[in-house]
Amino acid sequence: MPGAAPTLTRKDFESDQDVRWCPGCGDYSILAQTQRIMPELGIPRENIVFISGIGCSSRFPYYMNTFGFHTIHGRAPTIASGVKIANPDLSVWVVTGDGDALSIGGNHFIHLMRRNFNINMLLFNNRIYGLTKGQYSPTSEQGKRTRSTPLGSLDTPFNPISLALASGATFVARSLDRDPNHLRTVIKQAFEHKGTSFIEIYQNCNVFNDKTFFAYTEKETKAENTVFLAHGEPLLFGRELDKGIRLNGFQPEVVDTTNGDYTRADLIVHDRYAENTTAANFLARMSDTPGMPHPVGIFRSVTHPCYEDLMTHQVAFAKERMGEGNLEALLNAGETWTVT
Amino acid sequence: MRKPIEQIEAATILFAGDSGDGSQTIGAQMTETTALVGNDVATLPDYPAEIRAPAGSLAGVSGFQLHFSSEQIHTPGDLCDVLVAMNPAALKVHLQKLKPGGILIINSDNFARRNLRLAGYEQDPLTDGSLTKYQVFPVDLTRLTRKALEHTELTIREIDRCKNFFALGMILWLYNRPMDYTMKWIKTKFATKPQYVESNILALRAGNIYCEATEQFATSYNVKPAEFSPGTYRNIEGNMATVLGLVAASHQSGLPLVYGSYPITPASDILHGLAQYRNFGVVTMQMEDEIAAVGVAIGAAFSGALGVTGSSGPGLALKSEAINLAMIAELPLVICNIQRAGPSTGMPTKTEQSDLLQMLYGRNGESPIPIVAPTRPYDCFDTVYEACRIAVKYRTPVIFLSDLYVAMGAEPWKIPRLSELPTIEPDFAKGFSQNGNDGDAFEPYLRDAETLARPWAKPGTSGLEHRIGGLEKSDVTGNVSYDAENHEKMVHLRAEKVARIAQDIPPTEVFGAESGELLLLGWGGTYGPIRTAVENCIADGASDVAHVHIRHLNPFPRDLGEVLARFKRVLVPELNSGQLRQLIRSTYLIDAIGLNKVQGQPFHVFEVEAKINELL
Repeated sequence: MPGAAPTLTRKDFESDQDVRWCPGCGDYSILAQTQRIMPELGIPRENIVFISGIGCSSRFPYYMNTFGFHTIHGRAPTIASGVKIANPDLSVWVVTGDGDALSIGGNHFIHLMRRNFNINMLLFNNRIYGLTKGQYSPTSEQGKRTRSTPLGSLDTPFNPISLALASGATFVARSLDRDPNHLRTVIKQAFEHKGTSFIEIYQNCNVFNDKTFFAYTEKETKAENTVFLAHGEPLLFGRELDKGIRLNGFQPEVVDTTNGDYTRADLIVHDRYAENTTAANFLARMSDTPGMPHPVGIFRSVTHPCYEDLMTHQVAFAKERMGEGNLEALLNAGETWTVT
Repeated sequence: MRKPIEQIEAATILFAGDSGDGSQTIGAQMTETTALVGNDVATLPDYPAEIRAPAGSLAGVSGFQLHFSSEQIHTPGDLCDVLVAMNPAALKVHLQKLKPGGILIINSDNFARRNLRLAGYEQDPLTDGSLTKYQVFPVDLTRLTRKALEHTELTIREIDRCKNFFALGMILWLYNRPMDYTMKWIKTKFATKPQYVESNILALRAGNIYCEATEQFATSYNVKPAEFSPGTYRNIEGNMATVLGLVAASHQSGLPLVYGSYPITPASDILHGLAQYRNFGVVTMQMEDEIAAVGVAIGAAFSGALGVTGSSGPGLALKSEAINLAMIAELPLVICNIQRAGPSTGMPTKTEQSDLLQMLYGRNGESPIPIVAPTRPYDCFDTVYEACRIAVKYRTPVIFLSDLYVAMGAEPWKIPRLSELPTIEPDFAKGFSQNGNDGDAFEPYLRDAETLARPWAKPGTSGLEHRIGGLEKSDVTGNVSYDAENHEKMVHLRAEKVARIAQDIPPTEVFGAESGELLLLGWGGTYGPIRTAVENCIADGASDVAHVHIRHLNPFPRDLGEVLARFKRVLVPELNSGQLRQLIRSTYLIDAIGLNKVQGQPFHVFEVEAKINELL
């Protein structure tokens, strides 16, 4: 039926491969939400490509019934860039983890962010190396005791949101493996954003780093420890939405909005479309600050030209200025002489 | 009275000076003019890694050697007939390359005590009698250029930068070459700076007139045009021929070219060259590192483009894991390695052939990858085109193993007709509703029975959704597999696929005797010195010597073993410690002899000749 878009369901995005993550892994939820949201994106399955590196998260492409490429450690952003530049019509997704993206692939991560290809990256952050069986990662808290750091890790962790913002990412978000609705919404908005979209997903590794994010994901504690970002709304959180975030000099601080000292007007109002990243940086740093809730949602969403579009324009411009490439003329360019 | 002109067969000229003196520029101009008047010509730039080493120092000497002839030639020449030394350091570094009785043109203005000391001369070689075996022409090049340009608006500093064209004017007179081509080039080069057009042309003319007018130069020389087979020719450098070969392969195959690279000597000119051709749809991406550069090429190949990356040895070391991914994923990919002297950073501006074993074996696991090597500057076109053909047909990464000597050298090139170029057929897998697909599940590792190539399935094609990766795959389905028997089978299939390419490449060409005493077996950029040495030995009466130069290093031509067996001895000259020799010994169980040089410099013809004479 030419012209009629087939209606796809979640099932259409499930491959015939058995999913082999540990029982209870947060990855299952992320996979399920991705498969559920895909039919809503309105693009044919054959135009979707999932690219990954190495690690537990990087098995993801095998389970998606789309085009997929499970590549090498840390390099997925480079391969995804090549896929996109060669065919800008494809919807390209990078699935990565905290080790893959921020340790071995740290260089490619920052350069992907600054180039602003229309590519979506899902970073499963579980603050641990799972596939190699439990060494600390670049997002592990300092002092982390693992098999490779029996006396505690010495490095200061990366904040993925801060790193993405500092690298010029145009869409930066955080979501949670255990909040399916939020995760689907954010994935969909990442898709709709034209430019590189980065989503850090708090993901539980129940084998090597169980409950590391439970304070932010579980019903009992989530409301007190997270603040959900909504554009144009003040930063409010707490079970009764009784706490707010205001800026005190250069420090965000938690204030009580019920005792009369502060009103909503005193609170930071979230502006995800702000070109200037200063406010987004304040929000990003909150998760490094003890006593502050972790922001969840879209930190930044601004529209900049995409790399592949700029390249397409350059090609068109060159053709306009120099004419469509003529190989015969190219080979015979410059000073030539003829022997008869 | 017109000065006498002497007819000669060939000449070799070496321009040398500080790296800022413009020796490369005038060398290239002399090459262009010489090619256009019909000589065969071959060149060798020799320059330091430092952009501007301290002025007058030995480290800062930059040289450009060119050899031109009325006969066919294959090398930039061993020893020189003319050395143009712009300062004492250039004289010190290059005097050993001047033939006894050769012409030595010296910028005497630069021979003040300070420059002599910088070059390590205790006494002035112009006056201490050490140059008596040469024809020495001290010329006050700086002073004369200043005089010629005194009426221009330029500063002294700007005027002094024109003195290379004064020297070129002299050489053009000495060899009876026209100045028109150079003038035309100057006009184009400085189109936006007319004051430099005027000054450089004035300097060029002044040098020319100086030779005509002074009694210093009594004779000039002429080298008649060489005989070339009919066709249209242009002068071309190896890296430029590589660029054109890649654009041609993209154009002829209909595959858009995506070139990922990170700047590195001596491969950067391929990036610079390709970046000019956006109007051919060529996408060049200067990536954040060598790994990213090969990564985009692999991604582009997955998307159905002609993915190419280029670098030199250190970059190839970084790319090796990604190349292995392309190997197991069986995607077309072309990797250009423009070899330089290693190990490690080594000598970035010097030539060597020492990456052969790295290219063949420098990856984890059993990783068969075809390797092709160009033999001379213009051959880069055909060889890189061949690399693209193999990559696309067999769905495999292919290494194009060039070297600095070939990449930076230049010579006349007979421009091919497009109809002569081999076809490259992408032959993408067909999706639903396309012919040949009845809706069965797509099997990404179902191989072609003849070539063993797997299908190339472009994303965007309905019905071909599939997943691949670096994990071992199951035969036919491509699903992840840890099965023992399957792994062994896949290792063998990948090896067999590459081995079968031998059926698809031309048989070995033997130059000289069909069988007999001695076969010289070479590869890559040593073609010129080996061929010339063998030609010379045959001309001197040796009837038992032959030369084979192989382009395909993996797999070898299928008849190579049989050819080698026809000779009592096999000599393998290489610019390494014996890498091809090791392969020949282990593959064919032949006691091959080595002629090895690891100095960052090409072979001299006489070195190869001496070894032949020793063995015959």
